[in-house]
Amino acid sequence: MYNGGKILLGLIIFISLVTAPFWLSGKQATAKPDPKIDTPEILKLPESDRQCVESKAYMKKEHMKMLNEWRDWVVRDGVTVYTSTTGKQYTMSLQNTCMKCHSNKKNFCDECHNYAAVSPYCWTCHLEPKEKGL
Amino acid sequence: MGLLFSFFAVAILGVIAFVGVRSIHLHYFFGVIIPYLAFAVFIVGIAFRVLKWARVPVPFRIPTTAGQEKSFPWIKSSKIDNPFTSFGVIIRMALEVLVFRSLFRNTKMELRDGPQFTYGSTKWLWMAGLAFHWTFLVILTRHLRLFFEPVPFFVEILETLDGFFQVGAPVLYITDLIFLGAVTFLFLRRVIIPQVRYISLASDYFPLFLIGAIGTTGVLMRYFLKTDVVGIKELMMGLITFNPVIPAGIGTIFYIHLFLVSALFAYFPMSKLMHMAGVFMSPTRNLANNNRAALHANPWNYPVKAHTYEEYEEEFRDKMKSVGLPVEKE
Ligand code: HEC
Ligand code: HEC
Ligand code: HEC
Ligand code: HEM
Repeated sequence: MYNGGKILLGLIIFISLVTAPFWLSGKQATAKPDPKIDTPEILKLPESDRQCVESKAYMKKEHMKMLNEWRDWVVRDGVTVYTSTTGKQYTMSLQNTCMKCHSNKKNFCDECHNYAAVSPYCWTCHLEPKEKGL
Repeated sequence: MGLLFSFFAVAILGVIAFVGVRSIHLHYFFGVIIPYLAFAVFIVGIAFRVLKWARVPVPFRIPTTAGQEKSFPWIKSSKIDNPFTSFGVIIRMALEVLVFRSLFRNTKMELRDGPQFTYGSTKWLWMAGLAFHWTFLVILTRHLRLFFEPVPFFVEILETLDGFFQVGAPVLYITDLIFLGAVTFLFLRRVIIPQVRYISLASDYFPLFLIGAIGTTGVLMRYFLKTDVVGIKELMMGLITFNPVIPAGIGTIFYIHLFLVSALFAYFPMSKLMHMAGVFMSPTRNLANNNRAALHANPWNYPVKAHTYEEYEEEFRDKMKSVGLPVEKE
């Protein structure tokens, strides 16, 4: 082999880089986020009706899109009331609706967002709910 | 021909994943087995080809250079374009790999009014190539958030920069736009310029379509047909810890994305995409041009049977003397 040393070194660096996730992630790798829904506002709801604005599966996938739509509807179109598919009505507001129920931002929103490495920039303007301790 | 073939090949790959997951529910097959296989083929295939190339002898420096070679001290030499030292070579390689320096010199030749050739510079291919490769790298690096826990710090920095304009939610990534734009340009270039079209084969169109389809499914998934990113990360973390799990509720679009990516990874070692490793191993780029200063012995030179004059004289001294020829040693 010609210049074998250099080629092998390059190959080893390449393989270490592409396999890095396999040997770099430790026990934490299998820890799943566990968003808590035990806030006072949610516990106040009757147990049969502890639901989000839409179904859980829908919220999980689409909540960012929904917030985006809410923002446009409120700020641009002046529509403030959202009627869900189950017919319930909600005031479209990040702070006063979402965060009223989910007043545990750190144990709810951030739980998933840290895992998926997203940091919504909303909180540079909107107020986070005040949380004790943590 | 190559174009249609490649188009339908990629379309069929997409349909296979769609049907396989949607109708036959082969989630485990498309989510675990295929990605593992593709990754194995990727690593082993690349190592195999690189080692195969490494066995090819490089007897001589091949100075395809664009600058004055080092010679007399009073002639100014070009230290990067015609490097004499390893340091110069490293700079040349870095420029080649990071900013595609030789593509920058791309020229076009045209027959303009009258039988006269004109050469002009064209930077479009260079620009689109650079945009394509760099955004590809940024996108792949951003994907690391799905493969690491905790996520490395530079991933979030990239996400913030990439979403700088804060359009919409989830924020629009500029690289997504540039990436798809560049792939489209590279494709149109092959179709529109007749000379390029003439030399384009299925092996040129196929990777373009495949990468375009991967980008399109990715963009669809992020901005339009949402899927459960948390579940996808669980799946990926399961794969890398060899504990595969299939969380429920991951959309079919993700499996299509993953299957196309797997196809790309498996295809990689046997395709022109190996230029990723090849660029580092190009003898015209990675060797210092010191042919005039150093001896580079051809490794397959067989030992030449030499018969020196001393030996000759030794053998024929008597005969030479007898006919009166002068000899060096009496
Ligand atoms: C009426 C109180 C209420 C309001 C208002 C509300 N949520 Fe929820 N949310 C809940 C409850 C209760 C659940 C758990 C649903 C379940 O487990 O079926 C939930 C679940 C979720 C989930 C899924 C969590 C998981 O574990 O996958 C998300 C995401 C979410 N909410 C986001 C939002 C956003 C964004 C808003 C504002 C648009 C919002 N919620 C408004 C009560 C609320
Ligand atoms: C530059 C500051 C700023 C940022 C950043 C920002 N917002 Fe807002 N948002 C506003 C302002 C101002 C209003 C209008 C408030 C009003 O009319 O009462 C508003 C209104 C809204 C509304 C409707 C009204 C309400 O009470 O909530 C929603 C929903 C909303 N924003 C969501 C978001 C989301 C989601 C993000 C992050 C992706 C975000 N905003 C980021 C400034 C901001
Ligand atoms: C089930 C886990 C989960 C929960 C709970 C959750 N999110 Fe998210 N959220 C995500 C994921 C995953 C993304 C990234 C999606 C993507 O990259 O396509 C995201 C993205 C967002 C975005 C868009 C961010 C961006 O800049 O791209 C906003 C805004 C957002 N979430 C708001 C909220 C708010 C507010 C809450 C709490 C009320 C919340 N989310 C709770 C998982 C969650
Ligand atoms: C050749 C490699 C790949 C390319 C070119 C590619 C391309 C893309 C693009 C352009 C997007 C749009 C959003 C963004 O830019 O983040 C995307 C999204 C996505 N890709 Fe890939 N991808 C590749 C590999 C993978 C792999 C191996 C996975 C396996 C988990 C994956 C999973 C995802 C997911 C889950 C999304 C959606 C992210 C979101 O909703 O925010 N991709 N991809």
